[in-house]
Formats: sequence, C-alpha cells, structure tokens
Amino acid sequence: MNAPEMLSRWTGSGASRVPFWAYTDPQLYQRELEKIFYGEHWCYVGLEVEVPNVGDYRLSSVGERQVILVRDRVAPKDRGIDHGIRVVENRCAHRGVRFCQQPHGSARSFVCPYHQWTYKLNGDLAGLPFKDGVASTDAEGQPCVNGGMPQGFELKDHGLTKLRVAVLHGLVFATFSEQAETIEQYLGPSVMPWLERIFKGRPLTLLGYNRQRIPGNWKLMMENIKDPYHPGLLHTWFVTFGLWRADQKSRMVMDEHGRHAVMISRRNEGGENKAVTQGVTSFKADMALNDTRLLDVVPEPWWQIEDPSSPGTRITPTVTMLTLFPSLIVQQQVNSLSTRHIVPRGEGAFDFVWTHFGFADDSEEMTRRRLRQANLFGPAGFVSADDGEVIQFSQDGFRQWGEGGATLCELGGTGTQGTEHMVTETLIRSMYAYWRKVMGV
Amino acid sequence: MNERLLLQLEIDQLNAAYAAALDERRFDDWPQFFLEDGRYTVQARENFDRKLPLALIALESQGMMKDRVYGITQTIYHGPYYTRHVLSPAQVLVQEGERIRSQAHYAVFRTKPGDASEVYNVGRYIDEIVRTPGGLKLASRTCVYDSEMVLNSLIYPI
Repeated sequence: MNAPEMLSRWTGSGASRVPFWAYTDPQLYQRELEKIFYGEHWCYVGLEVEVPNVGDYRLSSVGERQVILVRDRVAPKDRGIDHGIRVVENRCAHRGVRFCQQPHGSARSFVCPYHQWTYKLNGDLAGLPFKDGVASTDAEGQPCVNGGMPQGFELKDHGLTKLRVAVLHGLVFATFSEQAETIEQYLGPSVMPWLERIFKGRPLTLLGYNRQRIPGNWKLMMENIKDPYHPGLLHTWFVTFGLWRADQKSRMVMDEHGRHAVMISRRNEGGENKAVTQGVTSFKADMALNDTRLLDVVPEPWWQIEDPSSPGTRITPTVTMLTLFPSLIVQQQVNSLSTRHIVPRGEGAFDFVWTHFGFADDSEEMTRRRLRQANLFGPAGFVSADDGEVIQFSQDGFRQWGEGGATLCELGGTGTQGTEHMVTETLIRSMYAYWRKVMGV
Repeated sequence: MNERLLLQLEIDQLNAAYAAALDERRFDDWPQFFLEDGRYTVQARENFDRKLPLALIALESQGMMKDRVYGITQTIYHGPYYTRHVLSPAQVLVQEGERIRSQAHYAVFRTKPGDASEVYNVGRYIDEIVRTPGGLKLASRTCVYDSEMVLNSLIYPI
C-alpha cells in the first residue's frame, strides 16, 4: 500500500497570500533545511579575502550546519585551474564532534581533540592513532597486536564531508548537492550583471563584521530585501534624504525561477513631493543633519554600467540590493557595501551576519566614508535597525493567530513579472512561487 | 596617592552620571559628556581584536551624536525598552597632564514592557578623558562589547 499523498495546506492559488504556517511550522522548517539549504541550491559561505593565505580558515554556516572555509595548498601545476578554496563540514568523521572551535585562524591540518583524528586542509583523513593497533605480547609471551581498525578500513573513505565550492569574483558559495547546476546557471543571466558590477575584477578589502540574532523566520529577511514598498515608508532617512522612495527611477529584476532578485534604484534630492511624502509620518520635511559627514556621498566610476536590458545605453544606479536565494543579500547603498549572510536557527530565529568591505584600491578617504556610512546599516543602523524590529513583530503576529492566517502581498497585482518601478510586491510573490515548487506545498 | 584617589573618584562620578543620563532616558544630555569633536564608538570585540575598522556605531562629533539622538527619539522605529547600566570602578591607565586614559567594565541589561530583564550588552569602555573648565569630558569613548550577537537591534547608546 502506498503512503497517503500529503495534501497541500496552501489554500489560495498563486503566491500572493503567504500562510502564517510557512513561518511557524517546525516540521516544515526541517524540510526547508533538507530541500533548500542542503539541497540543490548554492549557499553563501564567505569572501575569498577572508582567507588570504594557505591554511587560513574561518567558520561559517550552510543552513544550521557549521562549515570551515579554508585555503588549501595548490600544486604549482594546478594554479591556473584550482582556486584552492575548500569548504568542509565541521564534524569529525569518527564520532561526530564539531572539532574546530576557533572562529578563525591558520592551520596546517585539522585535528579532532577527542581521538586525534587528523585531516588535511581539503578534508581528507590524513591519519588516526592506533589505526594498525598497538604492539604487545600475549599470555604466552608472543608478540601480538592489540586492537586497530578492521581490515578494509581505508583513510580515503573517512574524510570530512566536502562541499562543492564555487568562487565567483571573490564570493565563495558551496553546496552539499552533487546535482546542483553550476553557480553561473544557478544565478542566471539577468542577475549576474548586477553581481559583476560590484565584484568583477576588483579585489576586496575586509572592513569587519556585525552580527545580530533576529527572532523571526529566515524568509522574512529575504522578503524584506525583495520589498521595495517599505523603505520609503519605514525608513525616515530613505524618504527624507531621497535614498530610496517611490518617485525614483527604479527596476525590479529577477532570475527565470523568481528566486533571486535585484532591486535597482537611483537616488534623488529627497524633500517634499506630495505623491510620495504626503501623510507619510516618517517623512521629516525639516530634518537636517548636524554633521553632514554621515551622508557624504561621492559617486564612484563603477556605479555606471551598460544597461543589461537596453544594450548601448548606460545606467547609473546609486543602490542595488541583491537577494541570492536562500541565504545571501548583497548591498550597495551609495558608498556602503556589505554582504549579509542569513544563518537560520530554527523556524523562529536566524543570525544575520554583516560583512562590510571596500576595494583594495580605495583611498583612505573612501574607506573612511564607507565606514561612516556604515552608521546607516547593521543592527544599530539609522535605517536597518528597524528592519530587524519589524521582522520580530511580524513573527509575533503570525504566531499569535495560527493556522488560518496569511500575509497579503498584492501591491502591483498578483503576478510575478519584473517592473520598471518600485510600487510592487512582485519579488516577494515570485520567491514564494518558487518556494512552493521546491517545498511541494 | 590622594590625588590618584581623587582622580579615580572623579572618573567614577563621570561614569555614574553618564549611565544615569542614559538609563533615565535624558538622551539630549548624552552628547554633553563629550568634547565638541569627541568620538563615540561601539565596536564588536571581534573587530577590535583583529584591528578591523568596522564599528556598530561610529560617531565623530557632538553633531553626529545629536543626529543619533534624533534618530533614536524620532526616526528609528523600535520596540520600547529600558536599559540599566552596571559599571565597574574605573581603572586609570595613563595620566599625561590634562589627558587621562582609563577603562571601565560595563553590563547593560534590557527590559522590554511586560518582559523579564535580560543581559543585553557586556563589555568595556576604553576612554580618553580631558579636564576642561567645565569638568571632565570624553575626548573619545570606545565601547568594546564581548557579546557576539546583538539581540536583534541596538538603538540607545551604551
């Protein structure tokens, strides 16, 4: 007899009403880990610049699994074809110990402290104590060997779990899946130009980290950066200083599956425009900074590129927000640049790790500027602090109602196409259309 | 010895007044603890120890601090909460004329309406203090926090 087919709990058609259980069901969350984070998707792990030298490593996460991002030795003959970046699971093949406890460092090899199993930087098991037993003498005084691994035990069968790794313009992605398409196919041709605009051919410098634990479902963070509706309403700085608001020239781009997206816009002078500021309480007409260095924006040459959707013309966004499903957000907001890594922690919380960076050829003044503008972003940011807060309050709202409730994402209709404006929730709908397919709900 | 004790007492009083201003939500008073070009930084220990320059909050003047106060009182949407600062006695590290370097340990507890108190942010102040006609002022205060995770958001100054 066949197992009963699971009935979908998703009652509406399309993806414009997201049921609350999509955020609150712990069993569904476990399936998300398997199908999304450990399935045929590429997850962000870190930046190449974080491990500049052979042996340098840092801990990171793919879903809830802790992994080690490490730079391996590469034979001279392979230097053209092997970037040397490895990602291995932080779990000993012997007794399952999460053996690496230093968040970053430099190593010649990895040794599990419990029984001294030793791994090469690429995760291969290099050796273990007493593999061939311990020489002794038996009761008759004859030489013998005590213990040891059974016949047929091979080092090569007991390495760490090695993830497939892709290094793309200094960003490191990894997947547990052998079947996942290449990273270029995974991201797709409509998203790629926007990633290349920031990263291609441009060595990075690491400015530092901010970490926050947000008590909300991980998808809420993806939604937040696929939602161009809220920034000019929730964030005073955006609407008042014209950094993001509905009267700006904008574009919403997505990949063919609707899972990744780019929100692109160009800032304006801000100030009063009744169409977008009237009745908006976060708009502060008389607000002026006491110290204008907080928003000392200087355009950079790389902001302008050939318009991918209109070859032969140029486009100069001041802000691009990329959501690379499932776990990475890349931010360019004027001179501030960061990757934001989503690390889920159960269905009701996630860690959000911000890595701010600049470019190796930045002047000291530009580095200073990027660091100043970092005051807008992160867990204490003039802008981003309130995103974490509203995500928490969203989760609280879902939890208190239960099974029957749903969010409503119908600004701009119920379709899932790209747009040339920001008055839409299309990117949220497109992500859930994809998520429904993957999750089979 | 007496001078040393007196200085210690003066710095402890400065820190006590600073903490009271924040915990009593007299945010407009907060920039007045600094020189006009004073610096205020809140930085994760991870960045501080590795000499990575990124900070959670990095303000370079009283003007920026006033902008932060406007932000926390008028523009940054957040759930309301109280803070309670518990400070250690100051440790005077160096005294050169009118300039003093000192540090003190802090624990800040957060209490949200209807909820229990929780440990919010723990670390140390690394200070440069200057004696002025108006009393001791902070030329810079760096709050290096041990807490590896910010509990969602950090709105009010530490």
